[in-house]
Amino acid sequence: MKAHGNAIKYGNHIDTDVIIPARYLATQDEKELASHCMEDIDKSFVSRVKPGDIMVAGQNFGCGSSREHAPIAIKASGISCVIAKSFARIFYRNSINIGLAILECESAAEDIDEGDEVEIDFDAGVITNITKGKTYQAQPFPDFIKEMIQKGGLMASIKGDKT
Amino acid sequence: MAMTMTQKILAAHAGLESVTAGQLIKAKLDLVLANDITGPVAINEFDKAGFSSVSNDARIALVMDHFAPNKDIKSAESCKKCRSFAKRFGIESFYDVGEMGVEHALIPEKGLIAPGEAAIGADSHTCTYGALGAFSTGVGSTDMAAGMATGEAWFKVPSAIKVNLTGSLQKYVSGKDVILHLIGMIGVDGALYQSLEFTGEGVKSLTMSDRLTICNMAIEAGAKNGIFPVDDITREYMAGRCERSWTAFEADADAPYTRVIDIDLSGVPCTVAYPHLPENTHPADEGAGIEIDQVVIGSCTNGNLEDMAAAAAILHGRHVKKGLRAIVIPATPKIYMECVERGYVKTFMEAGCIVSTPTCGPCLGGHMGILAAGERAVATTNRNFVGRMGHVESEVYLASPVVAAASAVTGHISHPKEVESE
Repeated sequence: MKAHGNAIKYGNHIDTDVIIPARYLATQDEKELASHCMEDIDKSFVSRVKPGDIMVAGQNFGCGSSREHAPIAIKASGISCVIAKSFARIFYRNSINIGLAILECESAAEDIDEGDEVEIDFDAGVITNITKGKTYQAQPFPDFIKEMIQKGGLMASIKGDKT
Repeated sequence: MAMTMTQKILAAHAGLESVTAGQLIKAKLDLVLANDITGPVAINEFDKAGFSSVSNDARIALVMDHFAPNKDIKSAESCKKCRSFAKRFGIESFYDVGEMGVEHALIPEKGLIAPGEAAIGADSHTCTYGALGAFSTGVGSTDMAAGMATGEAWFKVPSAIKVNLTGSLQKYVSGKDVILHLIGMIGVDGALYQSLEFTGEGVKSLTMSDRLTICNMAIEAGAKNGIFPVDDITREYMAGRCERSWTAFEADADAPYTRVIDIDLSGVPCTVAYPHLPENTHPADEGAGIEIDQVVIGSCTNGNLEDMAAAAAILHGRHVKKGLRAIVIPATPKIYMECVERGYVKTFMEAGCIVSTPTCGPCLGGHMGILAAGERAVATTNRNFVGRMGHVESEVYLASPVVAAASAVTGHISHPKEVESE
């Protein structure tokens, strides 16, 4: 599994209220959620993002509410992976559960600049910054998470256990 | 192997002798919770996976509190989806308008959670029930759907920070100030992925209301859960609420902690968190220059009876500043009724406040008090992120009920002694 795109960069403590403001939470439609993604801190995100692009951020990405609408909005906007120095724990769970790829990697999150062309090899956990000609080693997923992703997410994996 | 209080509860629910930090476990759940925002997403996932029954092992609770009474057609559809799901599976703990309150005030009030139990909720403030000595944590809708189907959830066993409390609180200072003070010390990711275990001789001086507020905002320090030991105050709170037998777990004396934080409660000031993070804390008496447009007293953080009593004591015989909107939201119908019977509603209304039906409403910028561009609010809620209560250029200052009430009277951020000394 690989991802390839240009970096869209944000800072520390990007919270779920700015990823998808609560005023849009009455819908569960992923396209509608994506159309408001990041708008309270970056009005141009929606028009700028291209399929495959990679979101890069600092510490504690996704802090705040448990709304799964947040990773859903990011995924539906076309982002192929979020790289951050650290993630808030509920956002981390939610992303895995809905199949949004996320990687913790301090050096990549520090070094990658807005617009850099980035490639990710998920099996090896290697992030390549093509623009700068650098590679970074990300924290790989624990085995049971890999297994859950291979089975098609949390619901598919428990369905297998139960039947 | 010595364990923290949280680890002991998790081990018991995983059927294991002991667990250690970092271990991945599958634990049985006593309670699985969702609201009108996260519930519909969970129901979609549940249906998409093709489950035809819900687990009988965990109690399921659905609380229509965020955008209810329905603020628009979409939120009406969300509640309808939850309502028909509850009917389809005979879910008894479905709380609709009339019975519903803000979920984290309602669940303990109804005895749906007890010490030693394990709960997940598709709402980040589910960590509130640690006040009762339970393990409870926020998850997303897919985890909720899986929990409804299986009565279980996977967890990475957390390490813990020990918060050692000594002394007792000064006049006007409450649980809200303690948790804001702590978040100010360690930051919004200071306890990321960890438990915050409160302990020490200072615990006994904190009321259940204080403890609920403190655990409620553990998530604002990034924590997986916050938890208090079970003592006489817990036992008194549980009496008559719940017929299930429950267990008081205790941390081992030599339990491993990554860090110990000492807080002398007598040194905690009335504290306000400035925009746009709960860690931006300042003493309330430094806020005189900050003029405000609105005050909100309520939410899962500070909508309990004790919070209403504290606000009413400040507002009694006083009036909110002309031009300022003050919105009081008792968190549950029972609390509302008590506010009527004790005369607090009269006090609030004579002071120029409005008293809303229970709802999360303005806390997350839903309804019942949205801010315009450039407006400022002092709120007893839990988050002051960009755009949290309305326009992206509005501001939220987090504070306790007495600070919020005093600020409503003066029109700027005020320590309560500023109005009481008049």
